Amino acid sequence: MRRKITLFIIITICYLLQTTLFRALAFASISPNIMIVVVSSFGFMRGKKEGLFIGFFTGLLLDLFSGSILGFYALLYMYIGYLNGYFRKLFYPEDIKLPMLLIAGSDVCYNLFIYFFLFLFRNRYDVRYYLMHVILPELVYTMVITIFLYFVILKINQRLEVIEKRSASKFV
Amino acid sequence: MKQSIKRKPKFVLPPKYILMIMTGLCVVVMLLSFTLNISGGPLQSVAGYVFVPMQRGINRVGTFFTEKTDWLMHLSDVMEENEALQSQVDELTVELNTVTLEQYELENLRDLFALDQKYPSYDKVAANVIGKNGSNWFSTFTIDKGTNDGIDVDMNVIAGSGLVGIVTEVGPNFATVTAIINDTSSVSGMVTTTSDNLIVSGSLQDMNESMVIRFSDLNDSDDEVQVGDPVVTSYISDKYQQGILIGYIDSIATDANNLTKSGTITPVVDFEHIAEVLVILNKKQVIE
Repeated sequence: MRRKITLFIIITICYLLQTTLFRALAFASISPNIMIVVVSSFGFMRGKKEGLFIGFFTGLLLDLFSGSILGFYALLYMYIGYLNGYFRKLFYPEDIKLPMLLIAGSDVCYNLFIYFFLFLFRNRYDVRYYLMHVILPELVYTMVITIFLYFVILKINQRLEVIEKRSASKFV
Repeated sequence: MKQSIKRKPKFVLPPKYILMIMTGLCVVVMLLSFTLNISGGPLQSVAGYVFVPMQRGINRVGTFFTEKTDWLMHLSDVMEENEALQSQVDELTVELNTVTLEQYELENLRDLFALDQKYPSYDKVAANVIGKNGSNWFSTFTIDKGTNDGIDVDMNVIAGSGLVGIVTEVGPNFATVTAIINDTSSVSGMVTTTSDNLIVSGSLQDMNESMVIRFSDLNDSDDEVQVGDPVVTSYISDKYQQGILIGYIDSIATDANNLTKSGTITPVVDFEHIAEVLVILNKKQVIE
């Protein structure tokens, strides 16, 4: 329960920052995608199941306010969370290379999917333009934010795990 | 230690199956919202009540700080501007007087001709922009007024004197506006100087590169449309009210078919710094 509430608060804060603060701090109308950082990091820190649900609810939230087809972002983020869950066994908290790599990969995949389904299908063929002017800038900006945000998420998760272990041993 | 308590093992569904079930759910919801055009429903209302107040709060804090910094930075500019504006006010007052006289004359003449059709004055409601689209691909934003204030889907949104976009989704206390610069938007427009119709369509690429929106399908066989001509919403549009300024023609070129022309329009609204908008509460009536 404690974990669920904490996760809800994290998603809420990130959503609010994403749509307000980071939009105001956009460089050349590109802002970082911090939702993907959250979904991806919980995916590889906690496994497929939790990644899947966090991704689903994050995407649903974006769906509800973005005015496009309901369920699209939910599906996309859900798969990102789930696929990141495969790397749980390789994940060590001290090592930042794998998380950075996974978050970067997730962000690029996410944007490529959006381009493919929502732009290419409407005859926007200039892949190079979108790659150079939307996908890559977002990737760089997101990576800069990740360096800070990842450690915050990591610390929160470790704290939660400690509390969960303690209360689990108390019951037995 | 846990094994000491003998209990039936709790059944846990493997993540693979959860993924499949949730995927199915998403696909069904997507199909439903695509075919029936529903969006969120009660879920959206709940989300609106939870998130909109928070967004509004953050926005208020943000505006407070930007206002304070702007205030300090632009004080001298403003004083200069004030002088310039004061002289402009004088000038305009004189002009206004002439216009009032002309208006009076016009009304008289209209009465004489029994022309009762004038430009309608729309009911408007002001709203604040409280959040923008979460991705870098689309230009939609959330405003802090919804059905509680009479806002409904397909209402036009303006800022200053120009067209911003159209309401595409609405909850009790928020509404999502799709801007005309959004990559999927298109508006039927008209060049005021020649009354020729054209299609204005938003494009992410053009907007990012040179802050313009594209237009196409302009029939102008006499080459009368010039760069700088104003473009307004057309009377043939079924969603946009007639005569709202979209922007000014920035460039124009003849298409390969030699019949139509296309080019770019500079929008009058500054979409980067949009903070307050007006929603026109009258919907365009279309005979079904």
